[in-house]
Amino acid sequence: MALPLSGQIVNLLAALLLLLAFAMLAQRRVLTLIKLFAWQGAALAVSTAIVAYATGQTHLYFSAGLTVALKVVLIPWLLHRLIDQLQVRWDIETLLNIPTTMLAGIGLAIFAFSLATPISQMASTITRSTLGIALASVLLSFLMMIVRRKAVPQVIGFLSMENGLFFAATSATYGMPLVVELGVALDVLVGTFIFGIFFFHIREQFDSLDIRHMEKLKED
Amino acid sequence: MNQLPGIALQVLQSVLVVLVAPLVMGWVNICRAWLQNRSAPSIWLPYYTLAKLFHKDAVIANTASPLFRLTPYILFGCMWLAAGIVPVLATDVPFAPAADIIALVGVFAVARVFSALAAMDTGTSFGGLGARREMMIGFLAEPAMLMTLFTAAFISGSTQLPTIVETLAHREFAIYPSLAFAAVAFLMVLLAENARIPVDNPATHLELTMIHEAMILEYSARHLALIEWAVAIKLVAYMAIGFALFLPWGIAPAGDWSALPLALAALGAKLALAGTGLALLETLLAKMRIFLVAEFLSTAFLLGVLGMLIHFLVR
Repeated sequence: MALPLSGQIVNLLAALLLLLAFAMLAQRRVLTLIKLFAWQGAALAVSTAIVAYATGQTHLYFSAGLTVALKVVLIPWLLHRLIDQLQVRWDIETLLNIPTTMLAGIGLAIFAFSLATPISQMASTITRSTLGIALASVLLSFLMMIVRRKAVPQVIGFLSMENGLFFAATSATYGMPLVVELGVALDVLVGTFIFGIFFFHIREQFDSLDIRHMEKLKED
Repeated sequence: MNQLPGIALQVLQSVLVVLVAPLVMGWVNICRAWLQNRSAPSIWLPYYTLAKLFHKDAVIANTASPLFRLTPYILFGCMWLAAGIVPVLATDVPFAPAADIIALVGVFAVARVFSALAAMDTGTSFGGLGARREMMIGFLAEPAMLMTLFTAAFISGSTQLPTIVETLAHREFAIYPSLAFAAVAFLMVLLAENARIPVDNPATHLELTMIHEAMILEYSARHLALIEWAVAIKLVAYMAIGFALFLPWGIAPAGDWSALPLALAALGAKLALAGTGLALLETLLAKMRIFLVAEFLSTAFLLGVLGMLIHFLVR
């Protein structure tokens, strides 16, 4: 228990991140999903800032600020506007079976943790123990993209996967170079815009955002 | 001769829990009344109710078997045993090695099985219905409870509650994300196991929604009194387990009699706080549909498992 306080707080935030990933997996309402996504971004930003403070890596402050600006403010706002325009604000998705999905999620978390343990034993960063959590939240977002049928939750899953990747980068190597981070952030932003355009096209074509309708395209 | 203080302490603790349990119930009821803008009943009301019930003549159905008469005593005995095992005041209770946390869950399970059997014994439809629901909740809550306890056991390296308390209370301060998860999971299990509001309404007598009340519908007089008392003791025992795992400060260490007054004061404060918190939760939450309980408790299980996993990862 020789971990410094900053390391402990980062661990706590990592645990929170994982919990939010599970909460997103279990969430049926689109609006709450966006709120959870924003919270996940906030947890990520705080933990990045603490790592920056603890290690003196100033460029991490920039990425923390970038995270707040993009993932806590801009993208949730964009998504809100999008679901308003699409009129799917009160959409409730009928997921298969939440307890089963959760059990699958626990399986994924165990897999990710056992995968990350040998790696983090070799590392010497103060955030080394959170690598497993980062990996687990990436896998959970994957799972979310797989089990969701509607387009908006799938995109949120994709965005939260990026959160997980970002966290993995912070915990493994104290973050990527700033240029790469800027590029990724821009990609995510552009991706959100393009997805938004896609949503409208999907709905125009099928009168619904249900992805299953796209399977019809194969038969032609 | 050496064990004499320990035994005295054990007797003191067991008697104290049994006597205080209705008071805690009364306190929870008062807080609920305050929060809901009703005029509060006397805090001694549970005692009056018990005394009244003990003075009445018991009515027992013709079809009831001896099991039906025996169950209230078994229930009361189980809860009393549990209250003796949990370190409420001090950690050197000689009873504690009799059962570790896993056996403790077993003791609660014995009580549950007997109350379900007794509920089905008279052959009323409500009894069977309540018993089925109770068993469903029980089998969902038990794994979650075990996971929570395992998390604390892994941190302290022992499944004995006194050892867990000693380790957790006397370590240097550190943030344990795993314990935070376990605490939330434990709270959810506590609500489910004690038939409190999001899962069951302790005050309802509406046939279609009641779970625990449906099981004890056939009981009267002293049997009912024993069951009500056992329910109160169970609530206090669960709170005491929660304190032992997550708020272990104030529990007197082994062989330290001078710490006892402080332990008593800490216990009183913690029980009062927990009662207020429980009343607040019950006022804020609404009772959920019975099929949502599965989701509620699987969330508790998930939190318990996550807590345990995170303990291994973040060491």
